[in-house]
Amino acid sequence: MLPNDPLANVLYVDLSKKRSWVERREDLFGKYFGGAGVAIQLLTENCPAAMDPLAPEAPVVLATGPLDGLFPLGSKTVAMFKSPHTGNLGESHAGGRSAVAIRMSGIGAIVITGANVNPGYLSIEEGKAYFHDATTLWGMRSSVTAGRILRQSESSAGLRSIMRIGRAGENLVTYADVSTETYRHFGRLGMGAVFGSKKLKAVVVSGNRTLEVADKVVYRALYDEINTAAVRSPVMKKYHDLGTAENIQPLSALGGLPTRNVQAGHFESAEAISGEHYAEHYLGRRLACSHCPVACIHIAALREPYQDEAYYYKTTMISYDYEPIYALGSMLGLSNPEQVLSLMDKVEVLGLDAMSSGVCLAWATEAMEKGLVTEQDTGGMKLEFGKVDGYVAGVEAITSKANEFWSILSHGVDAAAARYGGADFAMAFGGNEMPGYHTGPAGYLGFMLGARHSHLDNAGYAIDQKELIKGLIPAEQLAQKLMDEERWRQVLSSLTVCFFARGIYTPELTLRALAAAGYDLTAEQLAATADDIYRAKFAFKFANGFDFNKLTIPHRVFETPAVLSGFDEAYMRRAIAFAAGQLASPRA
Amino acid sequence: MRLSVIDAERCTGCQICMFACTRRLGYAGMGKTAIHVKSVGGMEHGLSVVVCRACQDPPCAKVCPEDALVLRKGGGVLLDPSKCTGCGLCRQACIVSAIFWDKEAEKPIICVHCGYCAKYCPHGVLALEERRQEVSNAAK
Ligand code: SF4
Ligand code: SF4
Ligand code: SF4
Repeated sequence: MLPNDPLANVLYVDLSKKRSWVERREDLFGKYFGGAGVAIQLLTENCPAAMDPLAPEAPVVLATGPLDGLFPLGSKTVAMFKSPHTGNLGESHAGGRSAVAIRMSGIGAIVITGANVNPGYLSIEEGKAYFHDATTLWGMRSSVTAGRILRQSESSAGLRSIMRIGRAGENLVTYADVSTETYRHFGRLGMGAVFGSKKLKAVVVSGNRTLEVADKVVYRALYDEINTAAVRSPVMKKYHDLGTAENIQPLSALGGLPTRNVQAGHFESAEAISGEHYAEHYLGRRLACSHCPVACIHIAALREPYQDEAYYYKTTMISYDYEPIYALGSMLGLSNPEQVLSLMDKVEVLGLDAMSSGVCLAWATEAMEKGLVTEQDTGGMKLEFGKVDGYVAGVEAITSKANEFWSILSHGVDAAAARYGGADFAMAFGGNEMPGYHTGPAGYLGFMLGARHSHLDNAGYAIDQKELIKGLIPAEQLAQKLMDEERWRQVLSSLTVCFFARGIYTPELTLRALAAAGYDLTAEQLAATADDIYRAKFAFKFANGFDFNKLTIPHRVFETPAVLSGFDEAYMRRAIAFAAGQLASPRA
Repeated sequence: MRLSVIDAERCTGCQICMFACTRRLGYAGMGKTAIHVKSVGGMEHGLSVVVCRACQDPPCAKVCPEDALVLRKGGGVLLDPSKCTGCGLCRQACIVSAIFWDKEAEKPIICVHCGYCAKYCPHGVLALEERRQEVSNAAK
């Protein structure tokens, strides 16, 4: 790295003592770049294995990387914490303005420990922490309103990021998220609950500065090369035009869109909730994360009449993407695009993870159909596929932990199935509710083998659609492919580059971009660092009790025809055993 | 010629113009930007692009006690950093708040209407164009 790059400044904040200090950690940033690579080290240093994820001492780490602020699509912040949802590694990525704001603030990472006595928010200006009261914002109905108030009371608009939780986080729902700039999320695995346990309503980060580069002329030329590639790339155009929602119709046509709790892979109303339909009828604005020419963020304008007065409307701006449309649309059998939007808005306002919420409600619906859960359990609420009212009430009941049933469901679908039965259709992997890909073995193995149990770990769903469609390959070979992809992604998420740009940031280009930031490495060294980061994540997982042999696979996976069928549990187990063996042995 | 905001409604808030304006001087980051993009009550409700309007009779130049702001052909001003003492009076005089502050140099940052940012705006928000009056003069 370049000498004096502010990237190596780590801001430590102790909420209990209201104390903060900065340490230079060139040892970490020089070796692991930033993002995931540095975050896993900071997490391991500050989170011993026995830590209760919701204890005051439990740390939250936010890390950016050397390419943030330098190159297009260097736009992600990596958060790490111990997940209250799985009791293991919690890792979550978000863009918005968070990464650039942290980097412009003159720091590379933030480590937050301790807890507030009264609700508070943390404001970080030019790398210095200020502690503020947030009692008035605590319990506020909408996280969006809380964001608006913070926006008004804090200065430096435009160079600032506001990360905050909603009521779900305050109430310790284990899949509560942290949203940034209203429309991007640190989703999955419950970072919102960790904020909630610390009585930390929000973190506001701002600052502005210049950053040095190794060689100005080379930097500008390389910038143009990356920018041109990004602007011309067909993948980028696809995400700009319709956004990720573009995938709804094609996946449904192939049989890969999870529908009614994966009782089907084809949704008869896919057209109505498709990216095309939303763009034509509701798209109100397109937004971009900082430093992104693509602007994949699609915001719908939903105009709804008030029931009590004629010609009186409210217009809500709701961001939509593939995953929330799947989880709160097809997974629940909802075919009315406006109802899906309003459910997404409700989930946003409460600060819940959309995917986990949808999967939990889908399981609960089927469990009611099968009589495992009754109206007595739900407090009189009836959940039926295709009926939005029950789901709107349901997410509220989860958030407020309305009774014993909803309280258990607020810990995820595995917890609920353990209590009420129905594990065969509780669609979670490694404790994390599934994302929207019923594509085949690579997709499902991807969720299980990935360190985060996320589709973004290794994009197994893409292997199903592009490669396995030509024929199944040996399980070991498939596991190897997934692991190789995940290993490379450790580099991207340490730089920290948006995964949508993975086609642009090839290893060759990545080495040159790193050189501009003062890192001189060979391809072999880069690959070795990728492996180090990958293994460090699994070391944390193993230390916290993760065991490949304990992974369970809901039987539904094998029952419902997917894009690719003809795989069985034995095949999956062979792949899992291979991955376990690879990670048990040291690097060759 | 001057930099114009053609249509702020097309702006996605990517801040690429702000990076460009800083990069024109050879730096990464946004510390030298003369253009800012701000949300109007949350990004989902739209953005405004704040940059010098290239006044023909610039109020900022009039208040400068050191004559550090020299009138620029085509409107706006050029800063003579050797004369500027960093008093900040010009900032208060600009009604569109288009004078930003370079904390590193303790001097104002004012757009020079070079058009570098417009080349990078991916969504056609910005353009370097002749002002209407210049066009009609040229037509004469
Ligand atoms: S800085 Fe402001 S006052 Fe000065 S020329 Fe530009 S718009 Fe006019
Ligand atoms: S025209 Fe030139 S000086 Fe003005 S904002 Fe754009 S890049 Fe900066
Ligand atoms: S580059 Fe264009 S779209 Fe991006 S923030 Fe600037 S004006 Fe808006």
